[in-house]
Amino acid sequence: MRFEGSNTYVATPDLMLAVNAAITLQRPLLIKGEPGTGKTLLAEEVANALGAPLLQWHIKSTTKAQQGLYEYDAVSRLRDSQLGGPDGERVRDIANYIVKGVLWQALEADRPTVILIDEIDKADIEFPNDLLRELDRMEFYVYETQQLIQAKHRPIVFITSNNEKELPDAFLRRCFFHYIKFPDSETMQKIVDVHFPGLKQALLKEALEVFFELREIPGLKKKPSTSELLDWLKLLLAEEIPPEALRSKDRKVAVPPLHGALLKNEQDVHLFERLVFMAKHNR
Amino acid sequence: MLIDFFLHLKAAKLPVSTREFLTLLEAMQERLAGHSMDDFYFLSRACLVKDESNYDKFDRAFGAYFKGVTEIPGLDAEIPEEWLRMMMKKHLTPEEKAKLEKLGWDKLMEQFKERLKEQKERHAGGSKWIGTGGSSPYGHGGYHPEGIRIGGESAGNRTAIKVWENREYRNLDDSVELGTRNIKIALRRLRRFAREGAAEELDLDGTIRGTAQNAGWLDLKMQPERHNKVKVLLFLDIGGSMDDHIKLCEEMFSAAKTEFKHLEYFYFHNCVYDYVWRDNRRRHTERFPLHDVMHKYGDDYKLILIGDATMSPYEILQPGGSVEYMNDEAGAVWLQRLLEKYPRAVWINPEPERLWEYRHSIQIIHNIVGGRMFPLTLEGLERAMRQLNK
Repeated sequence: MRFEGSNTYVATPDLMLAVNAAITLQRPLLIKGEPGTGKTLLAEEVANALGAPLLQWHIKSTTKAQQGLYEYDAVSRLRDSQLGGPDGERVRDIANYIVKGVLWQALEADRPTVILIDEIDKADIEFPNDLLRELDRMEFYVYETQQLIQAKHRPIVFITSNNEKELPDAFLRRCFFHYIKFPDSETMQKIVDVHFPGLKQALLKEALEVFFELREIPGLKKKPSTSELLDWLKLLLAEEIPPEALRSKDRKVAVPPLHGALLKNEQDVHLFERLVFMAKHNR
Repeated sequence: MLIDFFLHLKAAKLPVSTREFLTLLEAMQERLAGHSMDDFYFLSRACLVKDESNYDKFDRAFGAYFKGVTEIPGLDAEIPEEWLRMMMKKHLTPEEKAKLEKLGWDKLMEQFKERLKEQKERHAGGSKWIGTGGSSPYGHGGYHPEGIRIGGESAGNRTAIKVWENREYRNLDDSVELGTRNIKIALRRLRRFAREGAAEELDLDGTIRGTAQNAGWLDLKMQPERHNKVKVLLFLDIGGSMDDHIKLCEEMFSAAKTEFKHLEYFYFHNCVYDYVWRDNRRRHTERFPLHDVMHKYGDDYKLILIGDATMSPYEILQPGGSVEYMNDEAGAVWLQRLLEKYPRAVWINPEPERLWEYRHSIQIIHNIVGGRMFPLTLEGLERAMRQLNK
């Protein structure tokens, strides 16, 4: 099994190598990178390319490691026992109240699966430590029913992080790591080609130039990212804006049309408009 | 054979562990790296480096090591021969290989070593000579992947070399950057959770225990939610010499504001005197006497002062020394009072630490706060938070 990008996802050689290392050696791959560089998308694409089912686990600040394995729904068992419903037998078997988590589902699947643990840094600081053994050995013990769950096929695990918390060393040692760099203009062109095959070269060239210039402006609170570029292009196409409109002929700076898709912060828009204003008046 | 490489990384202060090294070897065994320096660079990075702030360090160490191999200062013993042999085979064209076979490896290496020695005696920058000397069989011939130019010619090597030579990840090195998010992480060290207030969460364990004790009759137990109960009193120096640091302080402040529920902040100028203020635009009309502040907020608050402590020593030590108005008591007296009331206190200084000893006023304040002054860097913040938690 090898991953070599797909028709909808452009992977740089270093990313592909990291993914393939994780697939071959069956270790988790930890992905970091600027927002909008396709961290979450990667798992979906790999799952598609390998034809494996994707199991997603989105982490919130209240998520516990145990929830990925299983949960014992004590409250509904309690309720059933108090009310004594029609199926009184149900209460006797504790297994009826065990809800399987993402990891359990992956371990008992009949074919290899891809697990995405999204934004692991959102959870409590101890969260990764609680999963060490499970990710390492791909097995865990269910205390309520006294059974040991072992992997039939080791799943491929992708973990994304936005750097909000530092992850423990013991956890990091067990993973491969890749930082998705912001694409250079060459890669960006490939990415755009993949998404808009019919895009006119002239428009694309102008748009990319404007986009990278915009990213260079110092002091922006949030630089526009790949996903914003793609949205912007979609808008440009929908509005049928000609390439010339992106830059006036005398090379004067102009506010690009529909720039709201690129700058999502009021302060940034103000800053940008002020810069354009100043540039216009100086020349 | 890569043990040297591993030790080199370790010596470059990269946090690499044996386990990760074994993973790298395992990956090499699976032939993941193929046959190019590129792949090896990416693979070793994915295995050994676990944080983008270390990418730059890794690039430098990687570059230095493989330059080291190719420039051959310690050719006599250290260089793993298989490694060189392997590298050579990868980079040679068929004609060159034929030539190489004619000469024979051992002989070639011997000549090469001699040439190197000879050259060292003659020039200081020996490797250059080999690198550019077109007539020498060693320069253009193509044995030495990077340092001696040859590797650079093959297209496969370029991309990776570009990465480590360009040091594209320099910006991510954490000793430099200090964004709001990083500050938040540092401030988070202060968090202390405790249950306080109204009981509004179902206490599952308590309920089950209670129900079991009631022989099965449901006995609901509630408990208060967990809150971060740390309390912080923040004093910020504003105006004058602090203007240079405004962005840093802004970030620090916005990070602190979202991180703590109990955060009270006040502004002062240069040094604290008998009053502080909350809104810089109305600083002359809305004043808070420092005595009132100290009475209002109990000593369970932690005190953080942020200021560059750069002023004339008179402003600290003399009554009437303030640049703004006639103060009856010296700044040092007020500072002392604050510190007595709030035993857990730190002073955070945005000026670089190396400048501290050259500024008299920083020295004075440093003494008054009993050495609890820390630079406004990530590492400094962490030290400060540890101090506050003591």
